[in-house]
Amino acid sequence: MGHDHAHDAHHHHGSEISPVEARVRALESLLAEKGYVDPAALDALVELYETKVGPHAGARVVARAWTDPAYRARLLSDATPAIAELDIGGRGGEHMVVVENTPETHNLVVCTLCSCYPWPVLGLPPVWYKAPPYRARAVIDPRGVLAEFGVTLPETTRITVWDSTAETRYMVLPMRPAETASFSEEALAALVTRDAMIGTGLPRGIPATPAEMPV
Amino acid sequence: MTEPSPNTFAAPWEAQVFALVVSLQEAGLFTWSEWTDRLGREIRPGDAPERAADYGAWLATLEAILAERGVAGPETVSARTAAFLRAAAATPHGQPIRLENDPLYRP
Repeated sequence: MGHDHAHDAHHHHGSEISPVEARVRALESLLAEKGYVDPAALDALVELYETKVGPHAGARVVARAWTDPAYRARLLSDATPAIAELDIGGRGGEHMVVVENTPETHNLVVCTLCSCYPWPVLGLPPVWYKAPPYRARAVIDPRGVLAEFGVTLPETTRITVWDSTAETRYMVLPMRPAETASFSEEALAALVTRDAMIGTGLPRGIPATPAEMPV
Repeated sequence: MTEPSPNTFAAPWEAQVFALVVSLQEAGLFTWSEWTDRLGREIRPGDAPERAADYGAWLATLEAILAERGVAGPETVSARTAAFLRAAAATPHGQPIRLENDPLYRP
C-alpha cells in the first residue's frame, strides 16, 4: 500500500463507531420511532445510575441498623419498608431481604440464574458478579470464593448462600467492626463496602484474617 | 474474579442497553421475571459454555425478545445497524452521528 493511499485514508474525516454501538443505536432509534421509548428518558436513566444510585445507599441502611436496634429489627423482619424509611427504593428493590452476619453465620449473595442484584441499595452489579465462575462457585465452594476475595472466616463460622432472583433480592447486614462505639452513623457508613453487603467482603476495620487470640 | 469495576458501565452502549431494557420493562413489554428467565436461557447456549450475564448478553436477549414480540425483527435491526455504520462513516469526526447522514437515507 503506497504512501499516497494511506495519506488519503487519513484525510477521510468520518466518525467511527463499533458494530455493537451501531446495533444499540439501531435498536434505540427503531424503538423511539415506534413510541416504545423516549430518548430523553433513557438519558435520564443512565445519568441516575451513573451518578446517584450506588452502594452508599446500602451503607446508610447498614449504619442505621448498627446504631438503632429497633430499626435493625424492622430491617430484618421486613426489609423493603425499612429501607424505604431512608428514602431508598424503587426498581430492582421491590422485594428486599436482609440477612444478618453473626459470629456463627456468614451470608453470601449470588444470582445463579443471571445477574439479579438489589439496585437501589448497591447500584448495578460488578463484572465478577455476572460472570460464570462466581455464579457457579459461590454455591459449591463458598469458602474458596471468599478466600479469593481475601476473606478467611473461622472454621466454626457457617456460610449460608442466598440466591437472588427477579422477585427476591438479598443484601447482607455485616457485623459492626469492633471498637467503633464512638463512631457517628456517617462514620460507620464509610466503613461499609459494596462487597461487605454482597458477603464477599467485610467492613473496613475488621481484619480479614482473625488475629490469634490469647487464651 | 476480584478485579475492581469502578465504573458502572464500561462503554456508552452498555448504558444505553441497560436504559432500553429498564424502559421497556416499565412500559410493560415484559416483566422482570420474564426478562431474567430469558436472559438465563441466553447465557446457557446448548452447544457452548455458560457465559457472563453482561450487557452483551442483555443486548442479545433484548433483540430476541423484540423479534419474538414482533416489535423489531432481525432484518430490520440489521438494516438499521448498517445505516448507522454508513451514517457514522459520513459524519465529520466530533459531530453527532445522525441517521440522516447515511448517504442511502430516505425519509
